[in-house]
Amino acid sequence: MTRLSTAFSAPALVCFITAGDGDTAVNLDALVAGGADVIELGMPFTDPMADGPAIQEANLRSLGAGTTTADVFSIAAAFRQRHPDVPLVLMGYANPMVRRGPEWFADQCAKAGVDGVICVDIPPEEDDALGPQLRAAGIAPIRLATPTTDAKRLPHVLEGSGGFLYYVSVAGITGKQQAAQASIAEAVARLKAATDLPVAVGFGVRTPEQAAAIAQVADGVVVGSALVELVGKHGADAPLALKELTSALAAAVHSARQG
Amino acid sequence: MTKQPNSFRNQPDDRGHFGDYGGRYVAETLMPLVLDLEREYRAAQADPAFQAQFDDLLEHYVGRPSPLYFAERLTEAVGGAQIWFKRDELNHTGAHKINNCIGQILLAMRMGKTRIIAETGAGQHGVATATVCARFGLPCLIYMGATDVARQQPNVFRMKLLGAEVVPVTSGAATLKDAMNEGLRDWVANVHDTFYIIGTAAGPHPYPELVRDFQSVIGKEARAQMLARTGRLPDLLVAAIGGGSNALGLFHPFLDDPDVKMLGVEAAGYGLDGDQHAASLLGGFPGVLHGNKTYLLQDEDGQITEGHSISAGLDYPGIGPEHAWLKDMGRVEYTAVTDDEALDAFQLLCRTEGIIPALEPAHAIAAVTKIAKTMPDDAIILANLCGRGDKDIFTVAEKLGVEM
Repeated sequence: MTRLSTAFSAPALVCFITAGDGDTAVNLDALVAGGADVIELGMPFTDPMADGPAIQEANLRSLGAGTTTADVFSIAAAFRQRHPDVPLVLMGYANPMVRRGPEWFADQCAKAGVDGVICVDIPPEEDDALGPQLRAAGIAPIRLATPTTDAKRLPHVLEGSGGFLYYVSVAGITGKQQAAQASIAEAVARLKAATDLPVAVGFGVRTPEQAAAIAQVADGVVVGSALVELVGKHGADAPLALKELTSALAAAVHSARQG
Repeated sequence: MTKQPNSFRNQPDDRGHFGDYGGRYVAETLMPLVLDLEREYRAAQADPAFQAQFDDLLEHYVGRPSPLYFAERLTEAVGGAQIWFKRDELNHTGAHKINNCIGQILLAMRMGKTRIIAETGAGQHGVATATVCARFGLPCLIYMGATDVARQQPNVFRMKLLGAEVVPVTSGAATLKDAMNEGLRDWVANVHDTFYIIGTAAGPHPYPELVRDFQSVIGKEARAQMLARTGRLPDLLVAAIGGGSNALGLFHPFLDDPDVKMLGVEAAGYGLDGDQHAASLLGGFPGVLHGNKTYLLQDEDGQITEGHSISAGLDYPGIGPEHAWLKDMGRVEYTAVTDDEALDAFQLLCRTEGIIPALEPAHAIAAVTKIAKTMPDDAIILANLCGRGDKDIFTVAEKLGVEM
């Protein structure tokens, strides 16, 4: 069992924040204290093409504060020291990941105790750019499936992927509208029939009610923009607000299949 | 060393790679769309009716073929090689951009798409896109950096006259790359009905290939015209490079003519020694942005840096992937020209030939004036005059200290 597969043995809450936006170490601790099962740490990038305004602004705040790739790995490594059992995945865009070469990046991930990597703009067609190096270093390449990923394409997406499958529930950018529950249930069923990997659902999930409904059908629920907005709004006081929202989300996700 | 290919004209491979460059680095939501577009483009290529409609519109709507012109007084003023121009500034809408827009809107309609989006920097591609949308009655939304909206008001008004909606983009640095990010965000949220008309030979495969193919009308015409007029091929082709579509359009049909040398001219802004330039090939490093792997202006962490050029059309931190490949192969040489040199060339062409060029081809002309004098007077240089300068007179006036 890996850290990731253990975390997904029951419905799991995946919490996203952007590295270097505020006091990330303290904010991450608040997410864990609130009940987050998996941490998704965003690597800041100047051109976050798949993200809506909330995460775009978080990227700009982080870069404005001078965050470097080395800082991201320091944050990850320190998190691993404090929380040896909580899975941590990096999420970001290809260019900062491949800048010093894919071997370098995979090696840094392994040294920092990173469990998986989500790269928005490396689809399976370009797997060579990073996938082989991640797999060789024992890091799970986590792929995305979307409403436009049809049955014919799905096996291609799954091949070589690991950790969990991230279902992007709406065709669009992060933090916007949420998909209808019925379409999520149908999509997750279709995905689970095609893979043994856990399926986590994200994009547009903001409230405990939404999270509970998704946790009825999926192995994980990803919340990002709602948390990132709290970091932007509360600054140094963000940990309290993060813990409060995470606790409510975690309670909803963890109790979704009881009673 | 890389093995020399038998032809420089058979790229990209079936994965959309030009050597190491190009590819399809897009979010999963877009992948099925990009694959669809490729299938549809292959079908269109095999369909004589598509080609016939494209050719007909280029002739009767755009005004092609554009003239091939011997710039006698410029040649005399510079000394050395004969300087010839491909006059793509005489196209409808005043630049080469329209060639590509005609091709892409025909593809969009073939695919049943009912809504068109595009990004624009200086506004030339936005105007060309708005033009073809008006011509075919499709709604058109143009993303333009808020900074560019402010400094390119005439083109903003042109787009609005043509019925397009212009959306100022305030994210990031509010320039061309941010407009492209916003275009991609729109596309990903509206994949079912929207076609994204990309303005240069960049982006995910098959865009670099199809934009090049649509623009290759420039080089095909020029090659035939030059043979008819002089009985020979030019010794050197010169074109300005932002994303690189006008240069590829001119160069591509000549790539397998070994005696024809080629020079791409990037924008050196205030100079290549600082960071205020837009020379991705000469001052950048390979990386991944906007769907393709290519040379990018970026820092050591892979963060994209802002280019600078007096020409808003060259002010983009990337470059089409085929240029990246042609550079590495050594088939095309690349150089860069500063704002000041371009400004001098702009004025020289105005006064010697009675042609006000856009600031983009003014960069090519500046390079031509440097190199022509090193060549014998029976040598022939052919430069692409890819746009006219009406849009730039305000920028030039400001630079020259003239109040308008």
